[in-house]
Amino acid sequence: MHPAPSVIIFTSLSGLGFGLFAWLGLGIPDVYGWSSFAVFFIAYALSVGGLLASVFHLANKKNVIYSFSQWRTSWLSREGVMAVITLLTFAPFAIGRIFLGIDLAIFGYVGSILALITVFVTSMIYTQLKAVPRWNMPLTPVLFLLYAVSGGALMTGEQRVAGFLIAILTLVQIAAWVLGDARFTGSGTDKGSATGLGGLGKVRVFESAHTSRNYILDEMVHVIGRRHATKLRTIAALTIGLFPVVLLLMLPVGHVTSLTALASHIVGVFISRWLFFAEAEHVVGLYYSRG
Amino acid sequence: MTQLPAQSKKKLGLVIDLDTCVGCHGCVTSCKGWNTQNYGEPLSDIDAYGADPSGTFLNRVFSYEVEAPNKPAQTVHFPKSCLHCEDAPCVTVCPTGASYKREEDGIVLVNEDRCMGCGLCAWACPYGARELDFMSGIMKKCTLCVDRIYNENIPEEDRVPACVRTCPSNARHFGDLGDPDSDVSKLVAERGGIDLMPEQGTKPVNKYLPPRLKDTLDSAPPKPLESVSEEPKGWLGWLDRALEALPGSNGKAEDK
Ligand code: SF4
Ligand code: SF4
Ligand code: SF4
Repeated sequence: MHPAPSVIIFTSLSGLGFGLFAWLGLGIPDVYGWSSFAVFFIAYALSVGGLLASVFHLANKKNVIYSFSQWRTSWLSREGVMAVITLLTFAPFAIGRIFLGIDLAIFGYVGSILALITVFVTSMIYTQLKAVPRWNMPLTPVLFLLYAVSGGALMTGEQRVAGFLIAILTLVQIAAWVLGDARFTGSGTDKGSATGLGGLGKVRVFESAHTSRNYILDEMVHVIGRRHATKLRTIAALTIGLFPVVLLLMLPVGHVTSLTALASHIVGVFISRWLFFAEAEHVVGLYYSRG
Repeated sequence: MTQLPAQSKKKLGLVIDLDTCVGCHGCVTSCKGWNTQNYGEPLSDIDAYGADPSGTFLNRVFSYEVEAPNKPAQTVHFPKSCLHCEDAPCVTVCPTGASYKREEDGIVLVNEDRCMGCGLCAWACPYGARELDFMSGIMKKCTLCVDRIYNENIPEEDRVPACVRTCPSNARHFGDLGDPDSDVSKLVAERGGIDLMPEQGTKPVNKYLPPRLKDTLDSAPPKPLESVSEEPKGWLGWLDRALEALPGSNGKAEDK
């Protein structure tokens, strides 16, 4: 799939933002006044920024308002609805802590659960797509949730907890890469079933339907950069995981350690999200690919 | 509404004959023509006469080569447009309600006044049957020529999809696949019509008729003819070698 910057930024930032919200709702860190303003500002900036980035992906933005209407069937619609509900639920909680010095804990707890649901719903936009076998597996939501809660923990300064979560995240990410590699062949869709000609013999493309590029090729048959995948996976595993884990679990607790780990982790999140899209093969590619 | 109708009794769709399709792309052109001049946003072309042209089409024709061991390879032309799936994943993923499947005849359509151009429906379609128009930013797909098939302003023989009307080899058939007694249903039964990617669970309405089996040779193929040419000898041989040595002859002086 085409790794469009708008969707990479959307899923990465909003994931981190809602992950941070999940911790803030539990009163972690337990701050009021200006410090509270700072953490809520970051959480709102990341989640709203991510959502705005996703609007850039739309080719006909004027109809965006309708996207809240189909929550009965559409995960994308549910995503918009859940994000708005979560952001609104956190408003009284944030106002209480920032301006009134009170802890409206109930809004926090409900908000935390809603934040996690929002991340889950985002992941389902991709997980539901049978036509992209690499995404269509139960590990995809697990991965999105782990990215959110570990990134969130890192931002709250919960150094040891973050280190522990990131260690798990890294292992699950590696597992997702390995299992994902087998998904396409495991889906049973091949040139034979795509053309219905498989029973007659080996099917090869003789002539494509068009000689120039089109929307389908641009969007769904992205192959550029896949050959660097192994290198990028290694870099991603080091930056999301190994390096931060070493810092967080082996060094004394401190701001510098946390911030260095966070910087590395965020770089890793973007690389792995790029890979998430770039490596995902859509079955429509079978109509085009030789062999 | 992106909820799929429980079950449409009428299932209008196409039956495409892979045996008779000659790969002329006539249906591609007539589809583009009709759907640019009639309902909805036109199917745009970008840089049509330039170095890097591209455009939106609702129907495209691929060609495949099929080869079984010890058999001659066979070319199969393969038109592909929306299959108007019964379990259409493109419809349920749509967040705006722009994509819908009609209860009365099963046609899958896009309401252009609601589409926000997110592209998720095109991601959900395993067949590549939806293209986002670059110019209008709206998702385009085969309408089964809904503005022809019920259109009482055009002569009756024209009330079929443009691609069906145009096809010079009669490889495209239109009808109700929900009615077991319709001509198209009978054709599918007779010729063993198949679904594309059945494992994707989309339950396509459109069916493809596989190519008929080719003849096989019942005796050993004739031996190739013996070569009758001879290497020139004597004076002619000398001339041949001399000419060969001059610049500009085959194999030499190619290094420009
Ligand atoms: S062929 Fe694709 S666009 Fe058409 S109904 Fe099926 S899934 Fe939807
Ligand atoms: S591109 Fe349009 S029709 Fe397709 S899912 Fe998005 S809003 Fe719906
Ligand atoms: S039915 Fe109409 S819209 Fe669909 S492929 Fe044929 S000509 Fe195009």
